[in-house]
Amino acid sequence: MIPELGQLALVIALCLAVAQCFFGIVGAQRGHFIWMNAVRPAAVGQALFVSLAFVILTYSFLTNDFSVRYVAENSNTALPWPYKITAVWGAHEGSLLLWIFVLGLWTLAVARFSRRLPQEFASRVLGVLGLISIGFLLFMLTTSDPFTRLLPPAAQGRDLNPLLQDPGMAVHPPMLYMGYVGMSVAFAFAVAALLGGRMDAVWARWSRPWTLVAWLFLTIGITFGSWWSYYVLGWGGFWFWDPVENASFMPWLVGTALVHSLAVTEKRGAFKSWTALLAIAAFSLSLLGTFLVRSGILISVHAFATDPRRGIFILAMLGAFVGLALILYAWRAPMFSESGGGFKVFSRETFLLLNNIFLVVAAAAVLLGTLYPLVLGALNLGQISVGPPYFDHIFVPLMIPFFILIGIGPYVRWKHGSVPHTGRKLGWVAALALLVGAIVIVLLRAETSFIAMAGVLLAAWTVFSALQEPVQRLWQRLRHRHASLGRSVLGMSVAHVGAGLMILGVTVTTMLGITVDRVFTPGSSLSVHGDQYAFEGVQDVSGPNYQAVQGTFVVTHDGRPVTVIYPQKRQFRRDGTTTTEAAIDAGPFRDLYVALGNPLGHGAWSVRIEYKPLVRFIWLGGLIMVLGGFIALMDKRYRRVRITAVTLDVAATLGDAGTNLRREPEH
Amino acid sequence: MKPWVRVLVLGCMLLLVSRLAFAIDSEPPFTDPVLEHRYEHLLQEIRCLQCMDENIANSDAPLAADFRRQIHAMVGEGESDAQIKRYMVQRYGDFVLYKPPLQANTWFLWGGPFLLLLVALVVVTLVIRRRSRLADQEQSSR
Amino acid sequence: MHRRLVFILPILVLIALIGFFWRGLYLNPTLVTSPLIGKPVPDFSLPRLHDPQQAFNQSRLKGQVSLVNVWATWCVACREEQRTLLHFSKQNIVPIYGLDYKDDRQSALRWLTERGNPYTAIAFDATGNVAINWGVYGAPETFLIDQHGIIRYKYIGPITTEVIQRELLPRIRALRREGT
Repeated sequence: MIPELGQLALVIALCLAVAQCFFGIVGAQRGHFIWMNAVRPAAVGQALFVSLAFVILTYSFLTNDFSVRYVAENSNTALPWPYKITAVWGAHEGSLLLWIFVLGLWTLAVARFSRRLPQEFASRVLGVLGLISIGFLLFMLTTSDPFTRLLPPAAQGRDLNPLLQDPGMAVHPPMLYMGYVGMSVAFAFAVAALLGGRMDAVWARWSRPWTLVAWLFLTIGITFGSWWSYYVLGWGGFWFWDPVENASFMPWLVGTALVHSLAVTEKRGAFKSWTALLAIAAFSLSLLGTFLVRSGILISVHAFATDPRRGIFILAMLGAFVGLALILYAWRAPMFSESGGGFKVFSRETFLLLNNIFLVVAAAAVLLGTLYPLVLGALNLGQISVGPPYFDHIFVPLMIPFFILIGIGPYVRWKHGSVPHTGRKLGWVAALALLVGAIVIVLLRAETSFIAMAGVLLAAWTVFSALQEPVQRLWQRLRHRHASLGRSVLGMSVAHVGAGLMILGVTVTTMLGITVDRVFTPGSSLSVHGDQYAFEGVQDVSGPNYQAVQGTFVVTHDGRPVTVIYPQKRQFRRDGTTTTEAAIDAGPFRDLYVALGNPLGHGAWSVRIEYKPLVRFIWLGGLIMVLGGFIALMDKRYRRVRITAVTLDVAATLGDAGTNLRREPEH
Repeated sequence: MKPWVRVLVLGCMLLLVSRLAFAIDSEPPFTDPVLEHRYEHLLQEIRCLQCMDENIANSDAPLAADFRRQIHAMVGEGESDAQIKRYMVQRYGDFVLYKPPLQANTWFLWGGPFLLLLVALVVVTLVIRRRSRLADQEQSSR
Repeated sequence: MHRRLVFILPILVLIALIGFFWRGLYLNPTLVTSPLIGKPVPDFSLPRLHDPQQAFNQSRLKGQVSLVNVWATWCVACREEQRTLLHFSKQNIVPIYGLDYKDDRQSALRWLTERGNPYTAIAFDATGNVAINWGVYGAPETFLIDQHGIIRYKYIGPITTEVIQRELLPRIRALRREGT
């Protein structure tokens, strides 16, 4: 009975989504106030019924209702209860429900925080979100119903995929989906602006915080995913350039470009059509990711088991949403006069344009590499693989100029920069970065490659240049007590520091990390990077739904004890699959990583030992970027939006269709 | 879906989970660090065809172990990286290489990003020139 | 006008991508085309499964159209295929040679006694080294060899009656016509 209620909730949500979409878009187009008044309740109702469906599926998992096929396939009575909750999104149908649920959350948030927006505009935004809900609800109800019954009910469930029985599962997918789906809000704002025929600085100001929040979640999701695959896959890698990872990276790159481009549109009213295109592209790439993961069109370790009907449905949906948005764009965008005035070659605008170019070209390169095998196959031109070596080769030359520019951009004034001014600010930073780079190179002697040196140098440059402004302000404040630093600027500095630390981590781990695969017998030991690893043998341990063999390694350095670590090899009762639980001794500056391979008889084991310097900096950098975004979000400007939006809107209405509206930023 | 495709997909899914017991062989490492480095590097660039998306360094599939044994032997016999890659390509096609060779059907793959960057930079230059003229006009009209 | 064109560009990109995706949905990316098609069978010499003293080499595959089927007792899909092959072998259309891939000799012999033997002769590749030379990346796989010992076609996955009718027989007939 209860699962049928879930189904019913989805059907009701679909009906409400149709109302939300129709009243939102048509009501705004016709200026029909009663219709527009119905949009918000429809949206809230839609979101609540979707949430109800989500709660019901969770309930079915918690009560071990194996008469529901999806529960029977992905849970088990022996599964610890926290994993019963995360198992809800452990496979295709449930993760799709999570997608729709998250879209519901975003819809609720927009419905709640859009009251100060002009009614027509808010209606259109909610209408577009409703259209997306319709698409995904239809997809779910026609091809991927999680509430389908299993007759007769299974006595016991198959259990959740062992790989997913990890705390990371509680964080990574929800965060990633918050980011993916959040891009739909930026998309809806852009489409609403195109529909309304008004696209201006005010639009940019409204959509900027939303985009920033989506970007924050996406950054958390990707950072977390990287960390998770590091410890769960047993390879010691942090990024594999797998098609599905690329699918999350592309919207991130374009979303990052969008966050920067919105700054130009908001402050200077310029590049409006470009910004709108980026907003459409970011969400399109999110949809593309959904398609790639769920259609089986590419070979990936993360892909869901597939059904061709699903692929066709998502492809049709992708074509419809993106196609409509782009047609609207081709029709409306040329009408917006490119206002915003001029700027000199050496100006903030130029640097932000270059930022966008490099990020978008990087995203295009990832897209090209991901889809190239598919395109060749479709054209019958051969079969190739595009793997990490390709992406590394393409990315490094794109990122070197990008990170040089990151350091300079923030110190160039809007509209008309001054080279001596920027030079004065950055001269000592450059000198310091070179000095640190030189010291590092001397310390590492000749064993480093050119790339490693360039990476360290760039990281130093990025971090120091990002710190220049806050440090200077702090210094001034200590002396005169009147210098202040806007949260927006501080957030940017912090985010850039994060990017720099990430580059440092990636470079140092990749270039100076050590991996050794050896055979160990009990009592044998091996020295890796000065640490002595002594193997004391294995013993059997037992978990709630698995049996494991656990090795013991005593690590010492010059005779001093460092740590004792216990890598495991788990065999799950579900179907005898084994997973490798690497043992990691994490430190701020290095990780020691030990994973058991295979038993070779007589107590001997093959073992992988890795020394990973600064690997934590990769995720630390990601989290600092998130912190930066969060600080920027706390900027006074966005809190003031609620008040000023009304006045701005009045001004916009009075202005000539708003397109020529130019609004000078307060600072 | 044809039934055997399903079998294949299922097989791959099983491999997907079971491969997590990753690959470490019992063969002794090369005493020459140069050879060992070359060997490890080659393993990163060869794809395991039996699995979903993995190089043979990380894959636990039996085929990956066979590939490693073969490559280990060839490195030991003094064959060059190019020779070893050619050996693999002759048998399994370009699909086996994670770093696609530069050839007629891949020039756009390798050149595309830089071509796009070039086009984008040209467009940006034009935009900036127009804008800076605009800025000059604004200044003079003030 | 020129300005408008720029704004239409994204749609064109989208249409092209959707076209590729549409086509891609009907392709199976896990099937890798063998570069050995159109090339002579690789030189090899393996012991025969039933009689390790006797060798099986490439010269055996010349002179007539034949099939080489890669199989193993650990391969689940091979079980299904076995029955089809047995039936096909009784029709005596082409000899079917087996390549027993990374297998255990005793289990393989038992399997054949229990289930029947569709093969004219079987080469035993315990290490999988010969299979690498043949570009094998899983079992079952089936090669079609012509009179001159050249690989003309490769089927990946278990052979079914439908595969025989649709893929193998027309090609075998064509090769026979070519040969005479």
